[in-house]
Amino acid sequence: MTTIAWQRRRRSWATTWALFRRNRRGMVGLVILIVFAVLALLAPLLVTPAEIDPALAPGRPLQSPGEAPPLGTDLFGRAVLDMLIVGSRVSLTVGVLATLGAVVIGATMGLFAGYYTGRPLGTILTALTDWFLVIPWLVLAIVLAAILGPNLLNVIVVIAVTSWALTARLVRAQTLVVREQPFVERARALGAGDAAIITRQVLPSVAPVIVAQGVLTVAVAILSETTLALLGLGDPNSLSWGRMIQEAFNAGAMSNGYWWWILPPGICVILVTMAFTLVGYALEEILDPRLRKSEAQ
Amino acid sequence: MRSGALDLRFVARRAGYALLTLAFILAVNFFLFRIMPGDPIALLARSQRLSPEALEEQRRAFGLDEPLFVQFVVYLRETLTGQLGVSLVSGVDVVDLIVSRLWPTILLVGVGTLLAAVIGVLIGIRGGWRRGSAFDSSSLYSSLVLYSTPEGWLGMLLLLLFAGWLGWFPAGGFSSAAGLALPVLALSLGYVGQYAIVMRSSMIEVKAQPYITLARAKGLSDPDVRRRHAVPNAVLPTFTLVVLSVGFILGGAIVIETVFSWPGIGLLTYEAINTLDYPVLQGVFLVSSAAVILAAFIADIAYGVIDPQVRQS
Repeated sequence: MTTIAWQRRRRSWATTWALFRRNRRGMVGLVILIVFAVLALLAPLLVTPAEIDPALAPGRPLQSPGEAPPLGTDLFGRAVLDMLIVGSRVSLTVGVLATLGAVVIGATMGLFAGYYTGRPLGTILTALTDWFLVIPWLVLAIVLAAILGPNLLNVIVVIAVTSWALTARLVRAQTLVVREQPFVERARALGAGDAAIITRQVLPSVAPVIVAQGVLTVAVAILSETTLALLGLGDPNSLSWGRMIQEAFNAGAMSNGYWWWILPPGICVILVTMAFTLVGYALEEILDPRLRKSEAQ
Repeated sequence: MRSGALDLRFVARRAGYALLTLAFILAVNFFLFRIMPGDPIALLARSQRLSPEALEEQRRAFGLDEPLFVQFVVYLRETLTGQLGVSLVSGVDVVDLIVSRLWPTILLVGVGTLLAAVIGVLIGIRGGWRRGSAFDSSSLYSSLVLYSTPEGWLGMLLLLLFAGWLGWFPAGGFSSAAGLALPVLALSLGYVGQYAIVMRSSMIEVKAQPYITLARAKGLSDPDVRRRHAVPNAVLPTFTLVVLSVGFILGGAIVIETVFSWPGIGLLTYEAINTLDYPVLQGVFLVSSAAVILAAFIADIAYGVIDPQVRQS
């Protein structure tokens, strides 16, 4: 029984991949992501800690591109390229970990809110989700980060806690549909309890929504990290792309014209955020049959 | 069902909901600053060197030696009578501080949102109606790029370009009317993409509806079908998004105001972050939340007037 279920599931992932490969925008996003992921993974081999230490950096300060380091150097003589590579590791780590947190919170809230709709627990969870959707969550994130203090774990926690609500709402809506399906009723008739139905029947059925929304959430999380870092709420010891922009800003990069210092980190944020969004949209199109049909028209 | 008339029961229900949300905000605002990593005075001690006696003195002054429940009642009473405490840094009343910074932010966020919404909707209409056209794919990609751009960085880019290289604007002193141009541009560019994407998918969805086919069958011209049948129906979801994104835009305004030294609530927040001025942060969170809830409430009512189905649900 379970083997058959697994085979079916594996086959459905294979179909998804076949459809994804034909989605040009999704593939463009995926290729960009792979490039940055490889950079992030290889970062410790490509850049030594001393090279990005303001006190120990070997280069001459404020070299414009084309001279010794290909992308120039910052005020402390650190190579912009080195900082970008290290930044990819920090920004992607924060984005992915914060998203994992947000998805776990959002999926749990959505599953329970949907499954228990009509009962007090469902009403409370739905109200809580709606509340998080309405409040100025970026302001909340800023206030939270200021209270908790600047370190990497706090940044991750703050982003996770403030960006789960959309996932919860989508999962809830999907759970409401799945709850009424015959196979759920069949499981209940066979004696399955609420916990078993939620984890064995409903969760696998809403998993596609969670995956697609999760990929889109990474984009938001990376943007949020950048915003927090720009306001000086990032970890001062982790050189994310946002932190790079903030340092350039504080050094007066705009009025002094240090374009090679302030442009690249922003462009990297745009590329990665866009890539996650493209992949997320592609997954949504493939996994949501309603959208797939309209794509064919 | 009368359409267009304002159903009082509906308004009362939405008002009750808005008040409930506000009450929850009040509670969160209290516990956020008291329970999280200590109390406001412990937080204060992180930014300033204070002797243990001075800390204890401060704690008494803030009523922090009272039981939590008593503190909460005091907090509720003070907040509901419009007392939000004084700034730890300047000693100025938080309400006065926020009121003095209100207008620049309302101006920036108001003009920026309006501009982004109008342009975004126009782009979305054109792209969604002619899906796959050159205009559609180029506007979709530009929308995605704009959506993915950190707005603070976009502001810095504009400064680099217009103030640094072209010298059209002074790098500081953005309080004049002409100085509004760059911050508004940065803010609205950040959101135009998002609105365009939503309006586009809304148009695509509406275009597949039977009433559009019917309108065509009646012999209406393509622009007429679009203007009279598609756009009015497609604009509703975008309208909701615009209102709901006000909260998000307020967050964005903090960064934009910081980059441009625009003297509004956002810059006030930035200053409060750097000096760990918690009463100010608390006040900003409360006021911006209240503003967002009010916006959502007004949108709900407006939506109910436009679309009778909402009233019945």
